[in-house]
Amino acid sequence: MKRRDCLALLGASSLLLAGCASTGNVPPLAGTGDLGVVVARSTGTLAIVNTSQRTLLAEVKGLGDLSHASVVFSRDGRHAFVFGRDGALTKVDLLTQRIAGRVMQAGNSIGGAISADGSLVVAQNYTPGGIKAFNTATLELVADIPAEYEPGKLSRVVGLVDLPGRRFAYSLFDANAIWITDLSDPTRPVTTKLPNIGRQPYDALVTPNGRHYIAGLFGEDGLAMVDLWEEKPQVRRILAGYGRGQEPLPVYKMPHLRGWAVAGRRAYLPAIGRHEVLVVDTDTWQEVGRIPVAGQPVFVMARPDGRQVWVNFSVPDYHRVQVIDTTTQKIVRTLEPGKAVLHMEFTPRGESVWISSRDDHRISVIDTQSFATQATMTLDSPSGIFFTSRAARVGF
Amino acid sequence: MPLTHIKDMQNHCGEHRRMPVAIRGRQLPNMVNLHFPPRRPISLASALRRCGALLSLGLAVAGAHAQPAAPDAARQRELVRMVRQDCGSCHGLYLTGGLGPALTREALAEKPLDSMAATIYGGRPGTPMAPWKAMLSEADALWIAQQLMAGFPEPHKDSR
Repeated sequence: MKRRDCLALLGASSLLLAGCASTGNVPPLAGTGDLGVVVARSTGTLAIVNTSQRTLLAEVKGLGDLSHASVVFSRDGRHAFVFGRDGALTKVDLLTQRIAGRVMQAGNSIGGAISADGSLVVAQNYTPGGIKAFNTATLELVADIPAEYEPGKLSRVVGLVDLPGRRFAYSLFDANAIWITDLSDPTRPVTTKLPNIGRQPYDALVTPNGRHYIAGLFGEDGLAMVDLWEEKPQVRRILAGYGRGQEPLPVYKMPHLRGWAVAGRRAYLPAIGRHEVLVVDTDTWQEVGRIPVAGQPVFVMARPDGRQVWVNFSVPDYHRVQVIDTTTQKIVRTLEPGKAVLHMEFTPRGESVWISSRDDHRISVIDTQSFATQATMTLDSPSGIFFTSRAARVGF
Repeated sequence: MPLTHIKDMQNHCGEHRRMPVAIRGRQLPNMVNLHFPPRRPISLASALRRCGALLSLGLAVAGAHAQPAAPDAARQRELVRMVRQDCGSCHGLYLTGGLGPALTREALAEKPLDSMAATIYGGRPGTPMAPWKAMLSEADALWIAQQLMAGFPEPHKDSR
């Protein structure tokens, strides 16, 4: 019996299931709430993981160039949409552990987002600069919005996030702009363009309530913030001049803002060219503190309950991870989970964090209360870690 | 210890140890401690042609000039991995570009080697390209630039 036939019959007969499992390696019936994926960037492989068992379940190969790959999930948590550097968008079925669809949609891609209703998956591209929206069921192209900021000139797009109402906000690195595209009717996209937001936006986030879009600026000290609840959204500068005129340190890797760190009413943001995490009050948008850290922060991520913020760093300080206690704004722990820590992901309620150490080819699972290592797994050059709980979160 | 390449009073290029980058371009009061041997006099134009970009960028590249020793095999493997993985953050694991431009042989065909090496070592102001001199010697930077222009080696099997 062929594997495909078995799958169709999976729900119908446990007898058949047992029969197939012995020959065709079909996974048993399972939910997806404790599944996730880890990108093995050097080999174009996506590892499927289980966060309850703390195991690698399977490796799905053939995804192309996965340097800087990022992932969003379908609403049911069954499918991972993987955006590859080479412009491929690959849909991976976490239950059958197979590629369910794949389209080369650009020459160079950096990530994507999925609409709240789960109907549209949108890629943000460097080449050709712009965004493209696809039907999540078929991967059919439904909208193409080139980021043409001057006649014939396309900007690289960064910081794409989903907003309520099938809208998507993103930043134009080359055009110093934020665009908001309404795809409620994908055949008639409507784009609101906010120019002059500040020099070289490099990434962005949307706050958990979907209200504030914040773009980090590489070209100047400060961030650009848009209140999306305003009738006519405008750009406001926040944390202007946070460098206080000091010569910035080299930035060997751009920080990532996606995967916001909003804890209580404070947001924690990586400074550019400073070994600091900036703390901002999300009511007043004033700086309320800055926390010295062990290097140039790359990811600054709040544990889902907001009690802790975990920080990793760019080369050459990327063997460390630091933990900030948000009640005291102090670093309470410095961990060294491995060489070249690239990413961290919390389990849905945050009792554990998974950390990828690229150069040790290791994934560590760490208890966020005791900081004990609960498990380690071996994977070739692991980078991004993404759990299906992202499916239920705005801006992930 | 950093190597700094400056022009001496005879308009010669050379590498000079313990000279901070900040002194580049200034007239040096005393040349006697320079280990680079004096050469026969050459015209200013010729010197500039041979040394010009290198002098301002602090790198010795052209074959006629003394070069720092190329990195050894172990260091070369480290550099290959570093370029693929760390430079790859912006330029792509396959160096096909990202926030940073593509670094494939084809993309670099028209680029001068010395400015490539200088960009790696000293960064490019106004862009996200950082100076890597805290992690690379000039010899490392030059070697990387040479490999990029020739088509960058695949990662070593062992280092993955």
